[in-house]
Amino acid sequence: MDSPSEATSQKELVDKIYPHFRDYHPVQSALIPILQEVQAEVGYLPTSALTRVSELLELPLSHVYGVVTFYHQFRLRPKGRHMITICRGTACHVQGSLDLFNFINQELGMALPQDTSGDGLFTVQQVRCLGACGLAPVVKIDEMAYGRLDCAKMRRILRTFKGGGEAE
Amino acid sequence: MIGLMEPCCEHCTHTVETPCRDYILCRIKGPLCHSSDECAAKFGVAVEETLYGSEGIRVSVGMSTCGLASGAQAVYDSLRGELTLRNLDAKLVKTGCIGSCYAEVIVEVSKKGYPTAIYSDVTPGRVRQILNSYLAGDASGAFALRSKPGKIQGEKAVPLLEELEFFKYQRRRIIKNCGVIDPGSIEEYIIHGGYQALTRVLKGMTPEAVISEVTASGLRGRGGAGFPTGVKWKICSQVPGGVKYVICNADEGDPGAFMNRLTVEGDPHKVLEGLIIAGYATGAHEGYIFVRAEKPMMAEHLETAIGQAKRFGLLGSNILGSGYSFDIKLMLSAGAFVCGEETALIAAIEGKRAMPRQRPPFPATQGLWDKPTTINNVETLAHVPMILSEGAKKYGSVGSEKSKGTKVYCLAGKVERTGAAEVPVGTTIRRLVFDIGGGVASGKKFKAVQIGGPSGGCLPESYLDLPLDYESLQSAGAMMGSGGIVIIDEDTCVVEFAKYFLNFTTAESCGKCSPCRIGLQRMLERITGITEGKGSEGDLADLRDLSEAVAYSSLCALGRTAPNPVLSTMKYFPEEYMAHIEGKTCPSHVCTSLIKGYNVSVDLCRGCGLCVKNCPAGAISLTKPALGGQGKASIDKTKCVRCGQCVNECAFDAIAEEW
Repeated sequence: MDSPSEATSQKELVDKIYPHFRDYHPVQSALIPILQEVQAEVGYLPTSALTRVSELLELPLSHVYGVVTFYHQFRLRPKGRHMITICRGTACHVQGSLDLFNFINQELGMALPQDTSGDGLFTVQQVRCLGACGLAPVVKIDEMAYGRLDCAKMRRILRTFKGGGEAE
Repeated sequence: MIGLMEPCCEHCTHTVETPCRDYILCRIKGPLCHSSDECAAKFGVAVEETLYGSEGIRVSVGMSTCGLASGAQAVYDSLRGELTLRNLDAKLVKTGCIGSCYAEVIVEVSKKGYPTAIYSDVTPGRVRQILNSYLAGDASGAFALRSKPGKIQGEKAVPLLEELEFFKYQRRRIIKNCGVIDPGSIEEYIIHGGYQALTRVLKGMTPEAVISEVTASGLRGRGGAGFPTGVKWKICSQVPGGVKYVICNADEGDPGAFMNRLTVEGDPHKVLEGLIIAGYATGAHEGYIFVRAEKPMMAEHLETAIGQAKRFGLLGSNILGSGYSFDIKLMLSAGAFVCGEETALIAAIEGKRAMPRQRPPFPATQGLWDKPTTINNVETLAHVPMILSEGAKKYGSVGSEKSKGTKVYCLAGKVERTGAAEVPVGTTIRRLVFDIGGGVASGKKFKAVQIGGPSGGCLPESYLDLPLDYESLQSAGAMMGSGGIVIIDEDTCVVEFAKYFLNFTTAESCGKCSPCRIGLQRMLERITGITEGKGSEGDLADLRDLSEAVAYSSLCALGRTAPNPVLSTMKYFPEEYMAHIEGKTCPSHVCTSLIKGYNVSVDLCRGCGLCVKNCPAGAISLTKPALGGQGKASIDKTKCVRCGQCVNECAFDAIAEEW
């Protein structure tokens, strides 16, 4: 549950975002874009933000929650400083992305269903397909994509992030 | 000097408020409304400047998602640094992708008077040498040339682009601009013939004429089902009512397919042009582009393109003075595979969970907000400008009897040359995988191709001469789908592969109808059991029955096609299933539950203890030989959990799996 001060700031955030979606008719169709905007700001969808969205759009909270849990993009828990996105598309699967996924979890000392490392540095998520199939297996860290990976390359890349710097 | 989109003189009155129907043609053939050599020269210079900068040199880097993942940004930065050092006002451009992912990073250099040279596998360290030699008139070391006028050294040793195996068999029509033009520049699109189809349509064609042209072309939906596009438009156009919509489905979620990403990242205006024409033909004034959030560059480029089209009056009210108005809204998909189903996509745009509904009514009569709606895939729309600028007849001159035109296929997996290739519909799998793709990578044995993603099927070697068209694929138990082709070799276990797809479809099932929601789950349990050595022949019978039930009774195509990967692998690779069931072994050495154990080679083991330290089950110990000397690892089979960690960690390859 969000603390009272967090709840207030998240409510204010939603109030700030909402007017940008006035031209959506009916206004309920702005639900997904608003949630995307909130997540882009906060990194996840806090309960107080969802409550406020449901009030403003006059939608039951259950409907909002239903939408949030339906789509892959939305998350209900905070994420780490860096987002590691592992492509689990067919080409990546054939080129060993599952091993890579297990390797990353192991390197970060994580076990499913945990998705964020204890130091809060990394969150690991799997996605259906990043569409860079020709370079499989592919992993994205934040906005940067890395192709043709293996465990050794992955380890080197992770180390540069752990060291505080961004990898080339 | 003027910019290409600017007026040549006071005769030109085109603005968003006072649009001119000849605005586009005038940019490249102008001026049209008056005769002036001076103005014609201005346009000529503008074209040259747009493409080559003031010094007649153009350098481009393929910077779509795959280029960036290969390190294109560093190459771009390095090129910019080099050009600045040389004080050259060359045109440095970020292009899309020419489709040859295997050769990334791609750099293209051209200087007026010289043939354009394309360089592959470029690293920042090679940039200086490339520029040095090319600008000195030597193309040696290039990947390919676009022409061979005999004006540059080393020409003979470098092949033409269309001579390369990867490009030789292609008919590049809808992706021909990709990797060539700057996707962020409407000027370059127009120089390459862009918006001429729209001009032709708005200048003199009725919506009915547009629809008959598209119908005559034989174009069928490239999103998967292959429904004739002209028919789809006609149905929607004939529904009475003022408000209609067109939607471009750019929610490419089929794993292994990236042709939509490639098209939009390389040539976004082409999709806009197709969508505007679709809107005009069906009588819609509002369009949506539904684009996947996982592929953010698509959205970026579309947003830029929409902004430019609005700025020059190609979107908005009274487009090119035709009286027709059209606007496009970009919607970011939050990610759900089921959005490939039209009614689910509509629900997503309406802000709901993307759950398909019963059809009819079809979206053409009752779609978005219950209004008549046409939904076309990115690739389908990208064909439309060509059909209308060159005519249905020329368009239909390639392709198969029942499906005309070309199709972009993506080659990925265990293939030598990965990438996207555009070939006539009806090209054989062999041509794509072996001639264009170069066959299986690293000399392994070909096993199968998976076509059409989670809805498609797995076809073995005996089907290599199957023509890739809608009917042939369906009769073979596969599906065109979006055209993703993943090649697998002897190292891929087809049972595990089928399990992978069931995992996918089970997770992506929206949950609305029970055959799909529960049926797929039961199938996944059966197949998981088989991969774990717990399967029986009864499971195979169950899988067949369940497949039939799911395929027959699911509400939408996701469920109806989800059994395909299972059915096709069971049909074509029964011996692999039986090996798992009867032999309790995995012939491809993939299903780790079937590993019987691990053996340590006493000769190779150095007793370093790394495996002992890393074994999560504490199953490994070092035993000292009776005669003293180096200890050797020994594995307690009763404790071993078969994770394979010891094999991965051993630096001396001393531990091997026992199958």
